[in-house]
Parts: sequence; C-alpha cells; structure tokens
Amino acid sequence: MCLAVPAEVIAIDGKHAVVDLNGNRTEVGIKLVPDVEVGEYLLIHAGYAINKIDAQEAKERIELLEEFYAGLEEIS
Amino acid sequence: MQVLKKYRNPELIKPMLNEISELSQKLDEELKLMEVCGTHTMAISKYGLRSLLPKNIKLLSGPGCPVCVTSQQEIDEMIALSKMPEVIVTTFGDMIKVPGSNSSLEKEKSRGADIRIVYSPLAAVEIAKENPEKIVVFLAVGFETTIPVIAAALEEAIEEGIDNFKLFVAHKLIPPALEALLNDNEVKIDGLICPGHVSIMIGSKAYEEVVNRYDLPAIVAGFEPLDILDGVKGALKQKVEAQVEVEDKVKAKVENRYGRVVKDEGNQIAQDLIRRLYQVVDTAWRGIGIIPNSGLELRDEYAEYEIRNVIDLDVGDSNEPQGCSCGEILKGIKLPYDCQLFGDVCNPQHPVGPCMVSSEGSCAAYYKYDRR
Ligand code: SF4
Repeated sequence: MCLAVPAEVIAIDGKHAVVDLNGNRTEVGIKLVPDVEVGEYLLIHAGYAINKIDAQEAKERIELLEEFYAGLEEIS
Repeated sequence: MQVLKKYRNPELIKPMLNEISELSQKLDEELKLMEVCGTHTMAISKYGLRSLLPKNIKLLSGPGCPVCVTSQQEIDEMIALSKMPEVIVTTFGDMIKVPGSNSSLEKEKSRGADIRIVYSPLAAVEIAKENPEKIVVFLAVGFETTIPVIAAALEEAIEEGIDNFKLFVAHKLIPPALEALLNDNEVKIDGLICPGHVSIMIGSKAYEEVVNRYDLPAIVAGFEPLDILDGVKGALKQKVEAQVEVEDKVKAKVENRYGRVVKDEGNQIAQDLIRRLYQVVDTAWRGIGIIPNSGLELRDEYAEYEIRNVIDLDVGDSNEPQGCSCGEILKGIKLPYDCQLFGDVCNPQHPVGPCMVSSEGSCAAYYKYDRR
C-alpha cells in the first residue's frame, strides 16, 4: 500500500499539479510538497505528491556504486 | 527519470551480490533481517532477491502491510457499515476481499452494497460531492505514508464544506510496532530494512530510539533491486563490524540509503498536518494485539468526521480465520510455507486470511513469486 511512483511536473495550479506519470497526464495534490516547480520530479502516492526526488542525489549515489565496482574489477 | 533505471542494472546488481556473499562468509551466525514494509516484501519476491542472497542471510516480512494488520473487529465494522443503505463506502482496492468473521466487502458488494474502489482519497471526496444525500465514508487504513495523504484530502473536504465525507480511521504507526516486536521474546531479528516511504514522512531519525535501545542496525532503503540489496549490505556490514571483540564496540546505527527522497527530519508539513488533525491512541494489530501509542484518532474538533462517532457499529465478537497464521507471519516468526493452508486451501482466488489478499501480504507475494 505504500507504493509510490515518480512523475515529472508539467504544470502547477494552486494546490494541485499536473504531472507526467509514465506517459499519462494526471492531476495530483501538492499540499504536502507545496514549493514544486515545473520540470521537477515528485514521488506520487494515492493521488498526492509525498516528496520531491533529488535527482542530483540519485545520480551521485549510482555513480559512486558504478565507480566502486569498476574499481574492483580492475583490481581483480 | 532515466537515472532511476540504473537502480535495476544487472551490471551493478551482480557485483553487489558478490560483495554481499563475500561479507556474509565472515558472519558468525545466521543474519535475520526484517523488511518491515509490504512493498519491500513484494519487490523482494518480484525480483527474486531471496534466492539470490547467501543462505545465511534471511529476509523476513514484517508488519508492514496495512490491510494485513487491520484487526478483525475493524474489518467486521467496515463490513457492517457497507450494509447501511445511507452509506457509500470508498476504499483502496486491497481491502475489498479481506474476509471478515462472516462476510467480506466484496460479498456485500455483490449483494448490492454501494462500495467503490478508489485510487486516491481525493476521488472519495469527489464522490461525496456528487452524492450529497449519502454519507460517503473512506476506509482510512495505512501507515505514515498514507496518513497525511488522507488527512490532506479530509482537510480539502472540510475547506470546501463537504460534510457528508467521513473517515473510518484505522491507521497504524510503524515505530511503536517495531518496539513491540523487538520486545517480544519469540521474535528474533538482527536488523531492520526500514520502510522507505514511511520514512519520507517520519524521517530516518525516527528509528534512532529503537536502534539505540535494541542495538540493531536499521537501514532506510528504496524499492529498486539495487536499493534493497544496498540495504541488506548496510545491515550486514554493521553486523560483521560489531562481531569483532574490542573494548569500544561499535554501536548499531540508522543508515539512510534512500537519500534521494528521505531526509533525516522527514516531511515537516505532513507531520504538522497529522498533529493538527489527530491524537495518538493505543490500537489493536492483528496477531500482535494492542500496541500502546500505535494508532490515531481524530481530535475532538474533528470528531464529527469519524464515522463511528456518527453511526454506532456494534458487531459483537469477531473471529480471526481458523488455521490462519497471518499473525505469526507478520511478526516474522513463521513463513507462509509454514501455514498448512498455504497454496491449496488458501490462495489469491480463495484467500483465507488477509496476508493472502493484499498484493503486499507475505502469503500473496510468496504465492505469486516464491512458491516452492
Ligand atoms: S496462507 Fe492463508 S491461511 Fe495461511 S497464513 Fe497465509 S493468509 Fe493465513
């Protein structure tokens, strides 16, 4: 039940935002994450945004892993 | 978001599994980790991670399936509610097949009860708007992830003056449940994979008390295969380090490995909203019993929005399904295979207990992906 999916903000209208969710446009509540901007990514749960997705953090974490395992391969 | 796809990259999953396997050889004893969240249980089964992990690392499902932990009495009350002609019951789909003592919402629906499945509580508010002559009740089950979402919808209904919209509040709180589990002598867990989306709301700090008191690692993890394995790796590393006999033993700690959405402090707006509308109360969990301070009730100012303050629902004694081990499975004491009914008698078409109904229930996840 705690499933949440990423979606990109297309437009904002007061308490709601239009997002692109897997290619479908839907309206979601943004009461819990009020300061969203077009182009940002949100995590959507039961019709509401529950937080922003920090794209930078997502990228850095995966790059860290990529580098780490690439390094291991070179050693072995 | 393209970068998220990389969290499923087999080129990374493989070396991470190797790393886990190497580390696991240093373990003195078996490592039992509880994935608290039902969405994790589902993902673990779906990606087949259980069988990819070394034999001495066990992943056990926890109490993190809201439908599964809803008490039998609450289920019976919801069913009784649905039989009232003046009421429209709105609910997330998971709830509909859960067997009550004598019936289920699905059965009542086939007998003509007005029960509607919605994806969002906002849709339930819309139904209330369209049906002013009816009382429209939303079955408010769920943990900290869902609580603020439903609270936000209720607030929107109140602001719009839609007062035929009501809630059946059956919410549950995760940290007190963890505390209760770890206090239970029967329960044997060495570490926690913490629910990623509950953590968005309450923050990774919320687990510090439990971690300090019981000295076991707690890792906040996301839901992609790499996220989950990274969570396992985190707990494993802490455990291996703690084995070393030194004077200044390293204490177990909370690690947030889902930083792209989870912050230490959580979502303040959501927390404020919950505090504004609700007060904390004791509540009963299936299989566990009453856990102090693990439930919510609308504050006096909002009491009129709780359906049980409007309609009296006396259902008498409730009986949990005979032979069903959901309670023990929720505590990580048994696995679905240990239930005699699993498979033949109890399956998703004919569920005996709620753990087989909800797509996130352990029995349903094991039936779909991990059947022996
Ligand atoms: S298999 Fe069915 S009866 Fe057995 S514990 Fe799971 S839900 Fe209950």
